[in-house]
Amino acid sequence: MFPLTYSMEFTQLTSLALAVVIGLGFGFFLERAGFGSARKLMAVFYLYDMAVVKVMFTAIVTALVGIFLLTAAGELDFAMLYIEPTNYPAAIIGGLVFGAGFVIGGYCPGTSVAACATGRLDGLAFVAGIFAGSYAYAEFLTGLDAWLASSAQPDVTLPGLTGIPMGWFVLAFVAFLGLAAWGMKAAERRFAGLRP
Amino acid sequence: MNVTTATGFPARENAKAKPAPFWNPYLAGFGLGLVLLAAYLVEGRGLGATGAYSSVAAWIANAISPEHAQASEIHARYLASGSPLTAWLTWLLVGTFVGAAVSGLVAGRFAVTVEKGPRLSDGQRLALALAGGVIAGVGAKIARGCTSGQALTGASVLNAGSLVFMLAVFVAGYSVAWMARKEWL
Repeated sequence: MFPLTYSMEFTQLTSLALAVVIGLGFGFFLERAGFGSARKLMAVFYLYDMAVVKVMFTAIVTALVGIFLLTAAGELDFAMLYIEPTNYPAAIIGGLVFGAGFVIGGYCPGTSVAACATGRLDGLAFVAGIFAGSYAYAEFLTGLDAWLASSAQPDVTLPGLTGIPMGWFVLAFVAFLGLAAWGMKAAERRFAGLRP
Repeated sequence: MNVTTATGFPARENAKAKPAPFWNPYLAGFGLGLVLLAAYLVEGRGLGATGAYSSVAAWIANAISPEHAQASEIHARYLASGSPLTAWLTWLLVGTFVGAAVSGLVAGRFAVTVEKGPRLSDGQRLALALAGGVIAGVGAKIARGCTSGQALTGASVLNAGSLVFMLAVFVAGYSVAWMARKEWL
């Protein structure tokens, strides 16, 4: 049955309308979590408020459990899901560069949109920056892009790499979230003095 | 005089009304996870925030000079997939903007302001936000995704590359945080 786009053949208009609806939810929960605020986001790096990790990890575990259960029930065809091809050098270099930009700029591409939507001028500056960065990448780094694309491998997932069934990873992620929640509570107490 | 104070005072009180607190992060994360799950169930792929930027960048390059745009394989690829107005990721981002605006307005958190630590001027902060955006933009292009398209979306299908990306983001984040402490603390 799922993904619906393969079983229902949406018109382009329906598909784009669904994109807006999903986006509405995305923006709503980002803002509810406080992710339209750079100070709230950056608090994670000074350990006095770990909301970024809590929200991200809970979201990942929620979606992971949902995908696992629906696949097990035969409702979701996992093979039809898009899996971004893996390229470890790209993930490491891109991740390091991205992480530096995240802390210097105070936002990431999705959260800066939430920041703009709630009046944050620094969010607007960050959006202008991503735009300039994307433009510069397309102008000057086509060679790097072609090399990264050609050396990427499709469908590299933890169950595929290790031979351990997905269910065990789901259990491990849930257990890790529980442990991390306990650890983050301790960190927040220890670094509470940095809170503004 | 009397009238202005009588009407002005409550209005000012209103403007200073405390914004509602943010949600419990685990509850907000659960909501976000359901949205991510919905994206997979509907469209067969997760969320993404960076794709729309490239799509618009290619469109602008093409508007300025089609020959120039075609000379870049990346611009050409985005142009081949159509106008940004028909791109799924563009409308996802439009929805994100509206959803966040509604949430912020309802909670009294909308404010035209600059987010920063107390030791920085607004101008310095805006310059750093712009520079950070450029750096994060390039990083997201190299990694083919950002916190949404790689970290959230990839981790929820146990994509190995996405998990490595997420680790790298936090390693860089905690490393740079010490240098950037004047900006935030």
